[in-house]
Amino acid sequence: MPSLPPIRPEDERNARRSRGAGTFDAPAADEPDLSLFEYVLRLGDDSLILGQRLSEWCGHAPSVEVDLSLANMALDLIGQATHFLDYAAKVEGRGRDGDALAFRRDVLDFRNCWLVEQPNGDFAQTMARQFLFSTWQKLLFERLTSSSDEYIASVAAKAVKEVTYHQELAQEWVIRLGDGTEESRRRMQEGLDWNWRFVPELFEMDELAIEAAERGIGADATRFIEDYERTVTAVLAEATLERPKDQRPILGGRRGHHGEHLGHLLAIMQYLPRTYPEAVW
Amino acid sequence: MSKDWPLWEVFVRSRGGLSHRHVGSVHAPDAAIAVRHARDTYTRRMEGVSLWVVPSAQIVASDPAEDGPMFEPAEDKIYRHPTFYNIPDDIKHI
Repeated sequence: MPSLPPIRPEDERNARRSRGAGTFDAPAADEPDLSLFEYVLRLGDDSLILGQRLSEWCGHAPSVEVDLSLANMALDLIGQATHFLDYAAKVEGRGRDGDALAFRRDVLDFRNCWLVEQPNGDFAQTMARQFLFSTWQKLLFERLTSSSDEYIASVAAKAVKEVTYHQELAQEWVIRLGDGTEESRRRMQEGLDWNWRFVPELFEMDELAIEAAERGIGADATRFIEDYERTVTAVLAEATLERPKDQRPILGGRRGHHGEHLGHLLAIMQYLPRTYPEAVW
Repeated sequence: MSKDWPLWEVFVRSRGGLSHRHVGSVHAPDAAIAVRHARDTYTRRMEGVSLWVVPSAQIVASDPAEDGPMFEPAEDKIYRHPTFYNIPDDIKHI
């Protein structure tokens, strides 16, 4: 049965703006910090969507050891998502929890970057995505450990160790497959080419990201773009891979613009809790 | 694919001060990945603080067909156990 869409914070904000003070039903006495909410949502959605993507490998990886590597990373990311989304829900103060944000939001309300929703492809494409994302996430979390928001800082301090491991593992696979056989090299090059156009979005500083950085909650991604470039260049060189040609960057994930892949991912991820809302496990 | 990868024996030190103990094996294309596979396979539940991996092919094992000459002669040498000896009552601190 179709249900009415929930009233989202931005709906409420628009309503309040358009009608003027006093006409909207009982506005909360304490305004929720919606910039903080949105910023934490971005962090949580990145981890959630990539965690779900990686878990699709479970039982299908090239070997049982690789299967465990991928599942471990997926679980790390879903753990981060739980922390961030629970916190986002608390900041929002509308009685939702992390599960509600993960399982009862629709595709347009997700704030993850495009890179994490990209399909797994083959193992090389998955590892190319992981390398490009984890290298960025590690640099970001290193900075978020000194966020002025204590909760973000504490989650980042725990997560940065997990992400450092993800980055190292992905980097090793990029090097091995790139500097491997003719076939593994071709596949890794194609994996990088596929994911390359989603990298610029990671460094896009929109109004909200700038505000979060200025308040000391978030980090200015443009500050570590050179570190990112240095790592990617060094790893590609060691892997004897070519730097993919710059393509038209795909942007907009942070504003809820997503590709067709995300809807399919959510359909699988959200099916059970939406069909059986009382289900526990 | 995994059948192309060599086998590595995995040893885990569960706490500082204890010895590394054999826990199993993993397939991996090289030593560095073998350490990662060992980490991801055998230390997911805080089982260890240190890992060793050794190429399985480098392990030199005793021959099971030689069990008799190798191990049976030890069976009746109970005097090699400290409990074989009576300790006089007036010896303290032992």
